[in-house]
Amino acid sequence: MSTWRSLCANVRTLRVLLTFRRVAPDPRRPCGLVASRRSLSTGTPLRNDFFKDLEAKLAATRKKARDALPGSAWSPLHINPNLPPERTDIVIVGGGVVGWAVAYWLKKKEGIRGGLKVVVVEKDTTYSRASTVLSAGGIRQQFSLLENISLSMASADFLRNINEHLGVLNEDPVDVQFNQAGYLLLASDKAAHIMEDNYHTQRAAGAQVSLLSPTQLKETFPWMNTEDVALASYGVENEGWFDPWTLLNALRRKAISMGVVQCCGEVTGFKYSSNEVMTEDGQRLELRRIKSVQVQMPNSLEFQPVECAVAVNAAGAFSAKLAHMLGAGLGPEDTLAGIPIPVEPRKRFIYVFHCPDGPGLDTPFLVDQSGVYFRREGFGGNYIAGRSPDQGEEPDVANLDVDHQFFQDKIWPELAHRVPAFEKLKVTSAWAGYYDYNTLDQNGIVGTHPLVSNMYFATGFSGHGLQHSPAVGRAVAELILDGGFSTVDLSRLGFRRIADREPVLERNIV
Amino acid sequence: MLWTIRCLPVVCSYSSLLGCCQRSSRLLVARRPWSSSPVSSPPMHTRLLLFLTQRFYDVEMLLRWKSRMKRRGLQKKNAFVGQSEWFRVDRKGKFKWDFLSYKDTPLEEADMSYTIINYIGLSNLEGQKSLRTLSLRGCSEVDDWFLARLHVFQDSLKDLDISHCPRITTGGLAALRNLKGLRRLDVSALPGISTPGLVIILLEEMLPHCEVIASGYDHSLEPEGVDEERSQG
Repeated sequence: MSTWRSLCANVRTLRVLLTFRRVAPDPRRPCGLVASRRSLSTGTPLRNDFFKDLEAKLAATRKKARDALPGSAWSPLHINPNLPPERTDIVIVGGGVVGWAVAYWLKKKEGIRGGLKVVVVEKDTTYSRASTVLSAGGIRQQFSLLENISLSMASADFLRNINEHLGVLNEDPVDVQFNQAGYLLLASDKAAHIMEDNYHTQRAAGAQVSLLSPTQLKETFPWMNTEDVALASYGVENEGWFDPWTLLNALRRKAISMGVVQCCGEVTGFKYSSNEVMTEDGQRLELRRIKSVQVQMPNSLEFQPVECAVAVNAAGAFSAKLAHMLGAGLGPEDTLAGIPIPVEPRKRFIYVFHCPDGPGLDTPFLVDQSGVYFRREGFGGNYIAGRSPDQGEEPDVANLDVDHQFFQDKIWPELAHRVPAFEKLKVTSAWAGYYDYNTLDQNGIVGTHPLVSNMYFATGFSGHGLQHSPAVGRAVAELILDGGFSTVDLSRLGFRRIADREPVLERNIV
Repeated sequence: MLWTIRCLPVVCSYSSLLGCCQRSSRLLVARRPWSSSPVSSPPMHTRLLLFLTQRFYDVEMLLRWKSRMKRRGLQKKNAFVGQSEWFRVDRKGKFKWDFLSYKDTPLEEADMSYTIINYIGLSNLEGQKSLRTLSLRGCSEVDDWFLARLHVFQDSLKDLDISHCPRITTGGLAALRNLKGLRRLDVSALPGISTPGLVIILLEEMLPHCEVIASGYDHSLEPEGVDEERSQG
């Protein structure tokens, strides 16, 4: 302490010595010369300059001395403050709603404060091409796979109690603007039996769904044309749509308040250790274990290798590229190493249109048997619509440009057929987004890769990522921290079906 | 109690020790000044608590426990499913036991106004298949999800009063479409609805046989922002 005091005293004396104070001219001086400092010559006087410069130079010297002494924030080595930490426990690649949900649940289950270090790496913090924010935002329980139904129900529970989960002290409560309007799925004669089977599965799982005949449908929704509809399935509770951006920001805010580190950067590589083993049938397998993740800063060659124990792949449409860096899919054809992650980006369009006489407040999220869907947006007569294109007509995924002809050819005729009021409408806006499309069976992949034991996947949801995200986040956190699923059992959605090439398909009513 | 100081261990000069307590960088992203919200600055004790919360872990934990206890108390009060008794308070504040003789009578009218009933609490009423009138006036915990769950009464409910409930928004009113038998709906003075005139018209269209009562709204054409400027200036 005494050395500290003497050091402070030195600083003070140094400051006094370095201070140069100009004495103001005495106004009472009986001098014949004018008291003002203005010189009479037109050129710049050298003497004035010298003193002004001296003052500036001494101020700069004082600042340098202050910075060099201990107690200042200046350091001669320039360290980029945006670099992720050198060492962490879990790296989540992908800052979409699934990535942040996993981060939140990991921190929720950590047990002691600071028990787990989590870093979320997102390459584009403006989210300009992220699937989360470009989504239509719907949530439904009307699936045929029990896992999907359970995930949706758990996510609806999460959204209902969102302020209990994601409320931060002294911040505004979270309002995802959930519209409780329900989903309405229509089926033709050929698909009516599939819809009935699905209805029984959904009721058994606890979803609040009801079946409607064409007459009941016409009574409930008089604005609809029900001539070729055989059966309709209507979600009465826990179904509707909400604002994905609010959910993403709420998850992010809560996770950051719990200590998750957000890093803006792109993962360009991994460092892993390999171990060769021989299986019973003589196949050589190379088991890899991630040692560190290479995170490159945006618009720069600077990168930081982040040592981690576990990496989570929540990169959505770009997951396959990430898995490629680990060699998944690069081995010989019929081996385990040769099976790539079957997730690829698929472009989908959403069109916003205005129709003054359209259906009102009770418009559900209607999914027609042709695949066209639409829902109400706001209360001013605006609706959004979209459709999955047919098998061979997938649009190019290099950019997010919208094909307006698609609306004219494929969507409008179906809309006008289903809702006669939509014959007169005007498209006001449109956007495109990526599905993280699972080419095998369009269902999510949740679990570890057989050859990379510490990489967990939570991707491939093909359009259902947003509605399943809170529940999937919890499932992945349970898998990582507890070693198995406890709330929703997603073992059927693991990597095994990809390796065996046995799709777990949704029985859709198309 | 040991007051743990949330200071980072940076060597600072003696005089600036207090100012050196850096706020946790994690909360920087969440911080917003109070002036952005339209309500006036919170009272002194709230501001003091906030100041302490930013600096001490213990205070933050205490406040979080307090809100958790409040929520748990609310849930406990709502979750008396399985009890066969239904308490009613008379003038003296005492419970009468007469209703035990009416155990199997179906309930027709329920007045839950100004109670703390919420989504979980509705499970107590779910079994009443012939509920005709339900009054939820001024219930602070009734929100959109509660309205969606009212579909269990879709055949029987004729009269619903959800006025003065602060948490109901327009998205929840869309859930009332399931109540096909509804004849009288009171949606007066709902602070959560931003465009009351439009929403009431949409409600009337959605429920053609229902009489929608909506008083307590200011349908004047003057924009709200002008009024605020005038009052502040």
